[in-house]
Order: sequence, then C-alpha cells, then structure tokens
Amino acid sequence: MTLAVNILLWLVVCVLAVIAAYRGRVLLNNGARDGVVEFIRLLPRIGAGVIGAGFIAKALPNEWIAPWLGPQSGFLGVAIATLGGALTPGGPVVGFSIGAAALKTGAGAPQVIAYSTAWALYALHRLVIWEVPLMPPRVVWLRAAVSVPLPFIAAALAMALSQP
Amino acid sequence: MGGYRGTPSPWQRKLSSAHCWVNRNAADKGSALDYVRADLTEPAPPRRRRRAFDWSTLIIAAVALVAAATVYVRDGWRHFLAIFSGDLMLFGEMLPKVLAGCLIGAFVTLLLPRELVARWVGQESGFTGLLIAAFFGFLLPGGPITIYPVAGAFLTMGADAGAVVSFITSWTLCGYTRALVWELPFFGPHFVIWRIVEAVPLPIIAGLLARGVVRARLARTDIAK
Repeated sequence: MTLAVNILLWLVVCVLAVIAAYRGRVLLNNGARDGVVEFIRLLPRIGAGVIGAGFIAKALPNEWIAPWLGPQSGFLGVAIATLGGALTPGGPVVGFSIGAAALKTGAGAPQVIAYSTAWALYALHRLVIWEVPLMPPRVVWLRAAVSVPLPFIAAALAMALSQP
Repeated sequence: MGGYRGTPSPWQRKLSSAHCWVNRNAADKGSALDYVRADLTEPAPPRRRRRAFDWSTLIIAAVALVAAATVYVRDGWRHFLAIFSGDLMLFGEMLPKVLAGCLIGAFVTLLLPRELVARWVGQESGFTGLLIAAFFGFLLPGGPITIYPVAGAFLTMGADAGAVVSFITSWTLCGYTRALVWELPFFGPHFVIWRIVEAVPLPIIAGLLARGVVRARLARTDIAK
C-alpha cells in the first residue's frame, strides 16, 4: 500500500516535471526549487508534530479519552469532537497532532474525523484571521453556517461504512 | 498564458494581497474585475512565506517535551525509546510522500492556468457548476493566502455563493496537497484515504445548502454593498 502510494505520487511528479520542462527550463527549475524549499520549511513542523503526537498519546490518561471520544461514545462523542475542532487554535500542526494523539489514545475514528473536519472547516481563529480579511464577510459566515452539519455527516458516513 | 515571470518577491506579494483587499471595497467594479483577471493570470500566485518554526509548532514541541518527560519518568527509558523510534520510523517513511506532495503542489501552481479555473467556476451553471467548483477545489494547491483571494475573485466574476462555498469546502476537505503534506504523516494512508472518501459528498452538500439559504433570502451575498 505504502509502496503503491509512493510510486503513484512520484509518477505524477515525473509527468508534471516533463510538462514543465516542455514549457521551458525556467519553469522546471522554479517548480523543483519551490517544492524543495517548501519541503525543507515543513520538515521541523511535521517532525515536531508527528514525534510529539506519540508521546502526547502515551502521556494522556486513556481513561479520559475513551469514555468521551471512544468508538462507544456515539453522536455525543461526535458533538464533543466537533466543538473541540471549532475551538482548536493554531495551524495544521496543532490540529493534526491532537487528532493523531486522540486516535492513538483510544478515540474512535468517526469522532476523530468529526474533529478534523470541524477544525478544517470552521476553526474560529482561522475564520477571523484568514478568511474575513480576504473574502466578503457575508460569504464567510454563510460558508461557516452551512458547514455546521458537515462533521456529523462525515462521522455518520464513517460509522455506516465502518471505515477507517 | 503569458511568459513566466518568476516568483514574485515578498514585497510584490504583500502588494498584491493588499490590492485584493482594496478592490473588495472599491466602488469601481470594472477596475476590480481587471485587477482580478490580472491576478488570476499571474503564473505564480502569492504564497505565504513560512518560517521553519512558528508559534503553534513551538507550543506543540513544548507539550511534546512535557509528555516525553512524563513518559520517561512514569514508564521508564525502554518505553520512551520504543515510542520515539516508532514515531521516527513513521516520520521517515512519510518523508518521500511529503516531498512528492510539495513538488506536485509547486508544479500545479505554476502550470495550471488560473483564468481557466475562474472561467469555469465563474459561470452560473447549476449542479454541474457545483461539481466543477468542487473539482477545482480538489485540484488547486496552496494555503489560505492563495485560496481565499481566488475564491473572492470567483465571486467578483459572477460565481454564485454555492459554487464558492463548494470550492472552499472541497479545497479544505479533499485537497490533495493538504492531505499528502500534512495529514498523511500523522494518520497514515488508510485513515486519510477513507476520511477523504467520506468527505467527497460534503462540498456538494455545502454548496446546495448555501444556495438554499440564499434562495430563501436568509443571507445576502452581493459583495458590492
């Protein structure tokens, strides 16, 4: 699975690089440089989060997480996770570290999906810091309002399909 | 598409996002539209320059250190080492995918003609419009500083709120760069693939809901006022 994903991804990279090279050498160089620079910038953030998530999961008392967010917590757990997602501040490192740590500590997959969906769609700090300055505020609030049920729908689908 | 003009300097970036903001408030819609078109044809859209460490990473690193110390004191050296080496392996395994994700994002940013995207989403096009908007949300790489100005431009060019909501929702939940670069190292392929599969209907649902709200006149989205 991991190997197949790797091969597929690098195949896509090769195809894009060939198209870029066909359009001009400058484009190829710039694309490669932008990608590598972004990668180097991301390394410490992802490293801190991924390695941190393991320790945070181990340090968190299991008996807290399981009853509130475990697979048996049902839609109450989904609601708690959704609220938690909306209130989580900070960038992707924070959101994904918390989600991964919760999953390792015994939270259910639908609950974690609800958490990360809510956090991605309407984390309050992101609406205020990013979206309102760059978009018409009416559209931002409309988008946030219609997004409220989406984490529940995603969690319900995860429960119905029993995956992941 | 015009010739490639290279990555704009940070100064130019700041200027262009400032223009976006000013244009939103400008009464002169014609010039706003001209600017938006120019912005959309810009081969390298403004990108937020990330520093290697920011405050949220620092907080997570601090929490992780406290957690690591707790594990060490409570469970001993062997548990500490087991967790550390396990997570290090996971991190190492994901690195080629993260690099591939970064490269795909960079190349698509340079190769995809943004005016084409805007033309497709800019049409009032019923259900198909929502599907197209969701597809472009999946396709377009970049962070919030790139996506929100593009979404704002769609509105100026006549896209309805439903299409824009569908576009942003799809970019947030199904965008491959975000999934590859961020989600995969934390959750692994199995979890991420299923999460995305379960997110596929959501942009359409959000778009339909937004249209419903606008039709019911519960919200107004005309941006000139």
